[in-house]
Amino acid sequence: MSNPQQRKQQMSVLDRLQRYLPQLVVAPPFLLLVFFVYGFIAWTGFISLTNSRMLPTFDFQGIQQYVRLLAMDRWNVAFHNLLIFGSLYILFSITIGCVLAVLLDQRIRAEGALRTIYLYPMAISFIVTGTAWKWTLNPSLGIESYMQKLGWESFQFDWIVNRDMAIYVVVLAAVWQASGFVMALFLSALRTVDEDIIRAAHLDGASTTRIYFGIILPSLRPVFLSAFVILAHLSIKSFDLVVALTNGGPGYSSTLPANFMYEMAFRRNQIGLGAASAMMMLATVAAIIVPYLYSELRAKRHG
Amino acid sequence: MANPKTLPGANGKRYLFGRLFIWTLLLAAAVLYLGPIYVVLSTSLKDLAEIRAGALLDLPHELNFTAWREAWSSACIGVRCEGLRPYFLNSVIMSVPSVAISTLIGALSGYALSLFRFRGANIIFALMLFGCFIPFQIVILPMAQTLGYLGIANSITGLIVVHTIYGISFTTLFFRNYYVSVPQELVRAATMDGAGFFRIFWHIMLPLSVPIIVVSVIWQFTQVWNEFLFGASFTSGGSQPVTVALNNLINSTTSVKQYNVDMAAALIAAAPTLVVYIIAGRFFVRGLTAGAVKG
Repeated sequence: MSNPQQRKQQMSVLDRLQRYLPQLVVAPPFLLLVFFVYGFIAWTGFISLTNSRMLPTFDFQGIQQYVRLLAMDRWNVAFHNLLIFGSLYILFSITIGCVLAVLLDQRIRAEGALRTIYLYPMAISFIVTGTAWKWTLNPSLGIESYMQKLGWESFQFDWIVNRDMAIYVVVLAAVWQASGFVMALFLSALRTVDEDIIRAAHLDGASTTRIYFGIILPSLRPVFLSAFVILAHLSIKSFDLVVALTNGGPGYSSTLPANFMYEMAFRRNQIGLGAASAMMMLATVAAIIVPYLYSELRAKRHG
Repeated sequence: MANPKTLPGANGKRYLFGRLFIWTLLLAAAVLYLGPIYVVLSTSLKDLAEIRAGALLDLPHELNFTAWREAWSSACIGVRCEGLRPYFLNSVIMSVPSVAISTLIGALSGYALSLFRFRGANIIFALMLFGCFIPFQIVILPMAQTLGYLGIANSITGLIVVHTIYGISFTTLFFRNYYVSVPQELVRAATMDGAGFFRIFWHIMLPLSVPIIVVSVIWQFTQVWNEFLFGASFTSGGSQPVTVALNNLINSTTSVKQYNVDMAAALIAAAPTLVVYIIAGRFFVRGLTAGAVKG
């Protein structure tokens, strides 16, 4: 038989459990991510400081792997490619996406259908995109030979097998895939622009072009920033597209850091070097993402 | 944008010229976006002789589905000649549970993080959110070891675990940002009436959540189905997902290249996400922009 005192205590335990339920519910997924994201980052960081080759070892050797990494031509080509690929991918995706969004914003009758067409590449995998472009651009049976057979004998488009140009083919396919996404981003923001301001500017005699460049586009600065951040981190993560499109070739002329890492870790038994390159990739992503997340979440707390 | 016709200064001739210009650009863009898929589709319906004749952009002489049949059930991938079918099924088996579980977990943690602003909720959210952005190269070495310890290396189960874990970041983001706009009074009132945490979730929040559940399911499905790095790193042979099998088929150098079979295989691998996109594109766009616009 329980006295009232005891019962009260039991109640309060249940009550407290009830009160901490939100924390208890968040705890398992949070701890999972702490282990599988932050724990694994630390783990990879540790491997990068060891002399691991085929299997992880505890043979600690400081920053030796990073020194080796930075001296490797293969890595430097990959990093240089990332700079070319990243800047062109971001520039063209934003420009094309922005132009398409502004054009679609002009009360176009078939807007829905056109939007669907521009955005569908985002729904398919990089492997499929790579396959499609590899076939379209292959010099012997693709667009080059087609144009030549039509009578344009001098037509040349052999970038995909050209050491100096292969990385630009990756840019082409990646922009094809991502620009529709940027279009969607801008279009949804354009729909929130206040119509009265536009009307007032028109009354003042401003042309549509001037209204866009002077008023509307500057007001979309946050969208430009979001698009930049998303595309920048996607470019650093880019892996599958290169695998399917050029497989890093000719030679290793079109590899990106993500491909370098995979090659070292899974094909060449250079786990330590692979881990070091992964840390470099993470550092690049973090340099872009951490300030962005910080400002976004802070702004929201105050807003 | 306001209707240009009702605005002053839009005279007839200039307006017409402007419309023509806009339509030309928009249609040219549409042709460029549709180009590759047209090339892939028409190639998949041609026979090899026609392909070797080099008429890339021409329509096929006749509709020939032999390549599709071969891609689905008899093309050789590695040493097995069973087509894409077994790998396609692997991808189905892999995506269904990882989509369902990560969506459920995301709904619960998003609910707890948004409507019960306990101390540290925002920091926990920020820490979870970072998982959306990491390059997965940073986790594949430890993950390969961990899957080995757990005895689920080279298995679809292993891939389900991996996709579920890294999906949680996204699904939590979706649900948290969706629930933030739900008035807290609703929860307070329900608590007054004696409803507990799970009852409120089940009876009040879930019925409100249908749109965001659709967004989360579509997003996760697209991500998991299209994923390549984990599949390539953690599986080999018969347990590979369809993206890895497709890449092996396309990049195999052993036999005579059957371009029509390759293209049919690419379309088969792309079909599920394309169908989802065409049916529910609106929700797909919301998933894409959720992370960007709302932070």
